[in-house]
Amino acid sequence: MNGVHDMGGMHGMGPVEIEKSEPVFHSEWEARVHALNIACSFHRKWNIDMGRHSRERIPPAEYLAATYYEKWLRGLEMLLVENGLVTAKELQSGRPEFKASAVNVLRPSEVASYLRVRRLARLDDKVARKFKPGDSVLTHNDHPIGHTRLPRYARGKRGVIDRDHGVFIFPDTHAMTRDKKPQHCYSVRFAARELWGHRASARDSVYLDLWDDHLDPA
Amino acid sequence: MSDHHDDEHAREHDLPLSGPALRAKALESLLVEKGLVDPKALDELIDTYETKVGPRNGARIVARAWVDPAYRKRLLENATAAIAEFGFIGRQGEDMVVLENTPKVRNVVVCTLCSCYPWPVLGLPPVWYKSAPYRARAVIDPRGVLKELGGEVPENVEVRVWDSTAELRYLVLPERPEGTEGWSEDELAEIVTRDAMIGVAQAKAPGQGKR
Repeated sequence: MNGVHDMGGMHGMGPVEIEKSEPVFHSEWEARVHALNIACSFHRKWNIDMGRHSRERIPPAEYLAATYYEKWLRGLEMLLVENGLVTAKELQSGRPEFKASAVNVLRPSEVASYLRVRRLARLDDKVARKFKPGDSVLTHNDHPIGHTRLPRYARGKRGVIDRDHGVFIFPDTHAMTRDKKPQHCYSVRFAARELWGHRASARDSVYLDLWDDHLDPA
Repeated sequence: MSDHHDDEHAREHDLPLSGPALRAKALESLLVEKGLVDPKALDELIDTYETKVGPRNGARIVARAWVDPAYRKRLLENATAAIAEFGFIGRQGEDMVVLENTPKVRNVVVCTLCSCYPWPVLGLPPVWYKSAPYRARAVIDPRGVLKELGGEVPENVEVRVWDSTAELRYLVLPERPEGTEGWSEDELAEIVTRDAMIGVAQAKAPGQGKR
């Protein structure tokens, strides 16, 4: 979706500001929101791509005004309701209408092992690659309403396959319909000038990870 | 989202139960009452991210690569496996790629679409990495951003920006600074900064050449 989360190349955002103290969390609630997101993911009601798409759907003005963990809180509320763990009424009232029936809950003793689980986006499926390193490609000029990993700044652009990472889940469909649509994911190199014109350095480049479904031969 | 703060950087403490703090507490209470979340597991998760993961992990990887050419080779060829040799695996580091800086190439990592970052080796990302200015500017004006954050890049050095749009996570292998010949792996790990491993700064030896 052409959301405000797709920020690459936007102007007017100001300087990159560095905090002096850089605490991991700035207040207790930020820490709780981070932990709640992980503890709720334990129920496997949604995938990582649906999680990302939830935050992308925060209305633009709110998205820009929200701090990082406000976005994660807002996204989690959406995911809980949309996937049936919590009702909208419960979220509003704060009072449970029904208790979850016999579900497994992440326990403190399981935290360390749960965080070490490799939730692989990489798949074992045998899928032929459409491109090999060195091939020239043209990215799709496509503006889907749903989730996509092809940012606006790299649509309809020419690049070169730098490396083939193997077969991965395709997030664009996985976020919308849970369809993994296994296919190759590549690092694609774009000359900075192809993306940004003459103001960019002729020496520089931008690499994006893109999938077969984003690319045509050029 | 009723209570926005103009300056999240200056904020150390929220007012008691204002906006998001109140919402977060209400949500946690609801999830605990419904039997979906164990609050003690939340404590354990928070402790993990505050005290057990962080850029010290990545610094050990870099220092090893600086002293051990065979490890460096493994790291550049199969970063996930080479990093797993240290036991650094799991969430947000499932598939790792290491990018080698050279005198002619500087690598910089960003996530323009969200906040992707290699948690097992660097911990949770700093606020600036997740901020709109960095996400917006790193791809279109990397030299300007580098100038602000870590020093100007000479015109004859190539800048490669890596936008983390997939589930691959990137770690920059900075150049070993001059003047660190003969340093131990532990001493070297001390000078590897988080920013050098994101690629916005270079590793520097304090009082270079004086040891």
